[in-house]
Amino acid sequence: MLTYAVKRIGLAVVILFTVMLAMYAMVFLVPGDPASLALGPRATPALKAELIARMGLDQPVQVQVWNFFANALQGNLGYDVWSKKPVLDQILEVFPNTLILGVVALGWALVLGVALGCLAVVWRGTLVDTALGILSVSMIAVPSFVIALYSLLVFAVWLNWLPAVGAGTPGDWGSQARAVILPAFAIGITWVGYLARLVRASMLEVMGANHIRTARAFGLSEARIVTRYALRLAIIPTVAILAVGFGAILSSAVFVETVFSRPGIGTLITSAVAKRNYPVVMGTTLFMTAFYLFVVTAADLIIARLDPRVRDVFRG
Amino acid sequence: MTVLNVTDLRISYGPVQALRGASLTAAAGEVVGIVGESGCGKSTLASALIGLPAPEARVSGRVEVEGRDLVALPETARRAIRGDRVAMVFQDPMTAFNPVLTLGEQLVDFQHRLPAPKAEKRARAAAMLARVGLPDPQLALRRYMHELSGGMRQRAAIAAALLMRPALLVADEPTTALDVTMEAQIIHLLRELRQDHHGAIVIVTHHLGVVGELCDRVYVMYAGEVVEEGTTDEIHHDPRHPYTRALIACDPAHIAGRVERLPTIPGRLPDLTAPPPGCAFAARCPQAGPDCAVPPPRVRVSPTHAALCHRVRP
Amino acid sequence: MSSAADAPLRRPMRLPRLGPMGSTGAVLVAAFLLMALFAPWISPYDPLKLDVMNKLQDPSLAHWAGTDQLGRDTLSRLIWGARTALGIALTSTGIAGAIGLVLGLIAGYGPRWLDGLLVLVFDSLSSLPMIMFALAVITVLGPGTATLILVIVLVSIPGYARLIRAQTLTLKAADFIQAERTMGAGPARILLRHLLPNVVGPLVIVLSMDVPVVIMLEAGLSYLNLGVKPPTPSWGNILYDGYTSLRQQPVLVAAAGVPLVLSTIGFTFLGEGLRDALDPRLKVRPR
Ligand SMILES: Nc1ncnc2c1ncn2[C@@H]1O[C@H](COP(=O)(O)OP(=O)(O)OP(=O)(O)O)[C@@H](O)[C@H]1O
Ligand code: SF4
Ligand SMILES: [Mg+2]
Repeated sequence: MLTYAVKRIGLAVVILFTVMLAMYAMVFLVPGDPASLALGPRATPALKAELIARMGLDQPVQVQVWNFFANALQGNLGYDVWSKKPVLDQILEVFPNTLILGVVALGWALVLGVALGCLAVVWRGTLVDTALGILSVSMIAVPSFVIALYSLLVFAVWLNWLPAVGAGTPGDWGSQARAVILPAFAIGITWVGYLARLVRASMLEVMGANHIRTARAFGLSEARIVTRYALRLAIIPTVAILAVGFGAILSSAVFVETVFSRPGIGTLITSAVAKRNYPVVMGTTLFMTAFYLFVVTAADLIIARLDPRVRDVFRG
Repeated sequence: MTVLNVTDLRISYGPVQALRGASLTAAAGEVVGIVGESGCGKSTLASALIGLPAPEARVSGRVEVEGRDLVALPETARRAIRGDRVAMVFQDPMTAFNPVLTLGEQLVDFQHRLPAPKAEKRARAAAMLARVGLPDPQLALRRYMHELSGGMRQRAAIAAALLMRPALLVADEPTTALDVTMEAQIIHLLRELRQDHHGAIVIVTHHLGVVGELCDRVYVMYAGEVVEEGTTDEIHHDPRHPYTRALIACDPAHIAGRVERLPTIPGRLPDLTAPPPGCAFAARCPQAGPDCAVPPPRVRVSPTHAALCHRVRP
Repeated sequence: MSSAADAPLRRPMRLPRLGPMGSTGAVLVAAFLLMALFAPWISPYDPLKLDVMNKLQDPSLAHWAGTDQLGRDTLSRLIWGARTALGIALTSTGIAGAIGLVLGLIAGYGPRWLDGLLVLVFDSLSSLPMIMFALAVITVLGPGTATLILVIVLVSIPGYARLIRAQTLTLKAADFIQAERTMGAGPARILLRHLLPNVVGPLVIVLSMDVPVVIMLEAGLSYLNLGVKPPTPSWGNILYDGYTSLRQQPVLVAAAGVPLVLSTIGFTFLGEGLRDALDPRLKVRPR
């Protein structure tokens, strides 16, 4: 297990380094220097010179790359072109909002998705199964930001039940909880569909396996077979997909946060992109890639714990 | 004392009539063999014997274990008998155990009806593993199935079935997945076990050699029917049914000298969705005649020996 | 009943049986394709014609879906939006599919070292969260239709290339290819006559399942003003217009969501139907 963990984490670190390098290369590959792009055509030469010096763009490329890596490793992701605030501070300020949104969205989707999946297994082959199948695919197909807009229209504007903007007042749990409901609903609905289908498929596969027959042959109760013998295997693909899903959740968060003007990574990066605020875009991308790799690696380690066959593949 | 009494058991999967009226018995302390080609319905029979037919199977007839009819009982009552009064050694030991639980966890689970603390169940499991000849049982209990060899898995499967000391033990092809040396070892083990196992044992196999080594009595099956039954001696030395004779002729142990290739029975099983109205073996039988188009009688040759054929004389 | 013998002959000619879900999808997709193709003839107004006097109108006989904040006819803009959405989706998946096909064949059939290199690149690219990568590219190149297509192509290639590579590796070991090779067929012949026709099927299924994802991405980025530039009619732009005038005229948002939802559902149903009919075991990851 330890060998496996070390290998898996090492792989994540290598990927992160490659990504950092690629990001940096991209900025230099395109014509025009980042400073003029950020400031626009009407910038005064003095302003430009000042920004170039501040971003360290006057130094030789290898020094810049070195500085970038060295700073990033120390947690310094650069400074906002406009506000001059450290990028990492801005990220850490809004990241909890995005994290809460993602966890709440995945959480309710997991509960409902697993329940619907199990329901489809119990009623397999019936009209209920077919209806759930169509419902799941539809949920997968509808873009989350359209759901966000529609729910904003209905629940915030027309019915006025829930707030239309923001993440709630800091320190006020009630208002924060109310603010997360609609965005989490919009993001989670796709995942209800995915999980329902995934759980249905893997449960059906596992319940047909020989060892389930053995457990029945030894008179174990159906409830015990499902919870101890089947679910543990059926949950493996779900954990794997949830981790990948975190990347997808981030994508929807970018749009949905904007719809609800909810402070978060999504609103941070979109406004930075519009303003060509390089350090913020690159810092955020790097941070989220690292976070994403962390989640995926953690999921792999969890899978290795759940499935002893996986860790042996890496041992040998 | 009769432990198992099967009468006129019929099982079909949709249009496929896998079992067409099989009857058999097994007494305590007895080892009974069931032989036949692949697809003749052996596994179907075995799963009915432990009260666990496939969900899509339609079952009629009686399967009485210690006087209780598994076919008529409700599922909850059947479940109470499974793993307690009847147990099974499955055909494929690789997939028969759960891959993500250790052997120990599963063996403890299988004793769920025993009112005993977990530690005691573990100790019983270890003792049974030692009994079936697994070296270092304590270590084996902590292992996952993919960490055990084929032979070890098969021993573990046998140990699992014996844990609750069932009245009826059914072993479906206990040696088929193994190589020749392993097969010999498992047969040796089963022979040893029959000394101190007091219940009935039913061994399902397509290998006559296994039957000869282990069994007291034999049922020969063809296309979902029992075509001949008798003591092991009677079947091996005085086979009456043409199908049994053909099976014995194909058995390597019965062929003297060297041959280019092993003989096989020409032709194949009839279509089980529309079995012939007369003798099911007629299409492949060297002795078939016009009368074989009507169902053959079951002819008693001795109190223990009977065959289902027009040509057999008492 | 079909027998094993005539199966290979019939296979290329038979239309896949789509089932109810796939057929519904096919009908929707056909409708949107027609809408995109004939937009100039079926849209009642010029989608760009301003009429500020009649801004944010309720639906009426003259304007079935009302008008936007500049008085443009919403229905016409939505019809032309189909052209934008499908144009971008089909172009970018088409380009990405073609490049992915070539790279996948090279990785699967070419020299070992090249395979290793390509796999490393594919794996690194696909370990980035897609949206982050897209936004980084847009920052560097500036928003616009061309950037949008480039971004979609870049994020899609690794998935397609990996699929094709896996299929090629499996096929390479297949008996009939081995037999061809012992009979002296060159690599070009094997690639073109045997590998290509066999890997295209799964690729088409995956492409068709990706079209709705791309439609969503186009609409989403345009909504953020990072995709298609206004005033070009795009469902995302119209949704954004609707969002800004949500309290005065909710019809705009409500109407703009409809074609977007129907088209993504249509393409997804069609993709599912194709997958079930042609290759039920094909696994598709969420993105
Ligand atoms: N679950 C099932 N559904 C449909 N048909 C089945 C099922 N199980 C078995 N059959 C069919 O029933 C017949 C008997 O099968 P069975 O498995 O009992 O044979 P067997 O004698 O055990 O063969 P083998 O030696 O290959 O294990 C075969 O024709 C088989 O195809
Ligand atoms: S009944 Fe006829 S066909 Fe059947 S085994 Fe006897 S002789 Fe052969
Ligand atoms: Mg069998």
